[in-house]
Amino acid sequence: MDDAQGLSPIAAGLWDAGPPPRLIGGRKANGEIVFPLPDEPAEPLERIELATTGTLWSWTSQEFQPKPPFVGPEPFEPFLLGYIELPNEVIVESRIVGTSIDRLTLGMPMQLVIIPFDDRRSTYAFRPEQRA
Amino acid sequence: MSEKVHIIGAGIHAFGRTEGRSGRAQGVFALRQALADAGIEWADIGFASGGSVAAGSADIMVNDLGLTSLPFINVHNGCATGGSALTAAHNAIASGMCDVAVAVGFDKHERGAFNAKPSGYGLPEWYGETGMMLTTQFFALKIQRYMQLHGISRETLGRVAEKAFRNGALCDHAWRRSPVDLDTILHAPMVNDPLTKYMFCSPAEGGVALVLASEKKLRELGSDGVRIDSIAFRTRPEGSFEVFAPSIRTPPGGKPTVLASQAAFEQAGIGPGDVDVAQLQDTESGAEIMHMAENGFCADGEQEEWFANGWSEIGGRLPINTDGGCLACGEPVGASGLRQVYENVQQLRGRAGARQVPRDPKVGYSHVYGAPGLSAVAILSR
Repeated sequence: MDDAQGLSPIAAGLWDAGPPPRLIGGRKANGEIVFPLPDEPAEPLERIELATTGTLWSWTSQEFQPKPPFVGPEPFEPFLLGYIELPNEVIVESRIVGTSIDRLTLGMPMQLVIIPFDDRRSTYAFRPEQRA
Repeated sequence: MSEKVHIIGAGIHAFGRTEGRSGRAQGVFALRQALADAGIEWADIGFASGGSVAAGSADIMVNDLGLTSLPFINVHNGCATGGSALTAAHNAIASGMCDVAVAVGFDKHERGAFNAKPSGYGLPEWYGETGMMLTTQFFALKIQRYMQLHGISRETLGRVAEKAFRNGALCDHAWRRSPVDLDTILHAPMVNDPLTKYMFCSPAEGGVALVLASEKKLRELGSDGVRIDSIAFRTRPEGSFEVFAPSIRTPPGGKPTVLASQAAFEQAGIGPGDVDVAQLQDTESGAEIMHMAENGFCADGEQEEWFANGWSEIGGRLPINTDGGCLACGEPVGASGLRQVYENVQQLRGRAGARQVPRDPKVGYSHVYGAPGLSAVAILSR
């Protein structure tokens, strides 16, 4: 699942490759952080690298194949997604990998990974934190 | 508000699927029924407001109803289309502009979940391409966290849907007219965990129209009317958690429903304990549960006890979604908010037939919520 080497990111400017890879957010003048960094921000934003670990804020599964603009590989495989709270930064929406839905609990530690999206492209995801 | 405003006529075209009849034709059907109910003619109407999300403009209805030169404002305001039409019609009378006005909402959607274009919401393409831009996911993510924080069980989610189909079976404008048992609801295919397919409403078709009148006109006609005590419409505040959010502020901020509810209660000069019947946005089972608390009818987590004891059933302490709500009626977006008001009008007038709330309800509360984070509440009394 970590073998995203050689694939192109699904969009430019979503994350810095690292290592370790880090999502890119924007900090407003009032300190609030947004993700992703918008192409046409309504106000000047400071580009920042976000934390690579956080805690699980909520989750769900995607059991049916979404209509376009979804472009995932065929045949469709259900996947997990949720929100990860990066402490004192922002809560980001993300795919969740490396686990199953019955093992997810509120507040569990999660870490950022870059995963294959299809045979050409990679995307970001979070998985339960693995202690070294 | 200056002038008191009343609803003196209510009409509805059955929700669901009506092949061969446009959304607008369903709106015209509802409008004719509302005029007949009010005992007035189209030519008596001094102002009209209405619309749909996916079935075109409302003002073309004059071709069917009569070219009376009345001012007709088209509304295209997403899930608040009906609420906005009602607000405009109400204000036309409250301001003294006219004595009789109509609000109309209708729609006709394609089957299946709505698919939105990222660019239409100011979002990057990858968000849609990777499969994270689905309204159903938002509802699942919001209730999943709520269940964890406040001890709501999956069984209670199922009971919301079970009640909706039971009430829908009693309601002639509902789409789903057959009860579904709890076990079937809980074990149906999962859409987005924890929500199964019976826990989501479906896009649908339908039309609703309301005739509003000044106090003077109500007396003149001797109408069987209900009074509008308040209407409050709010869009999202800073940091609220809404549909299509790649990120959320931490900690999250306020909720549009809480703001609209508080404003409506304040304007009406009453509290949640004074309400006899309520229609709350139930896009899916979890929404009804969370909206009970957001509208002030219970504390977070108390919904377990409410559903275990049947307190929101038609004969309970506060009947909620007495016509089966969105779950049983489907959601033609432009008509859905007005359906809730229609249902309260019928309940307060004692005309709800098999689903009539007992003990002569006096105060009706309706709440619509939708993308991209808006809420409208109307409080009616008799």
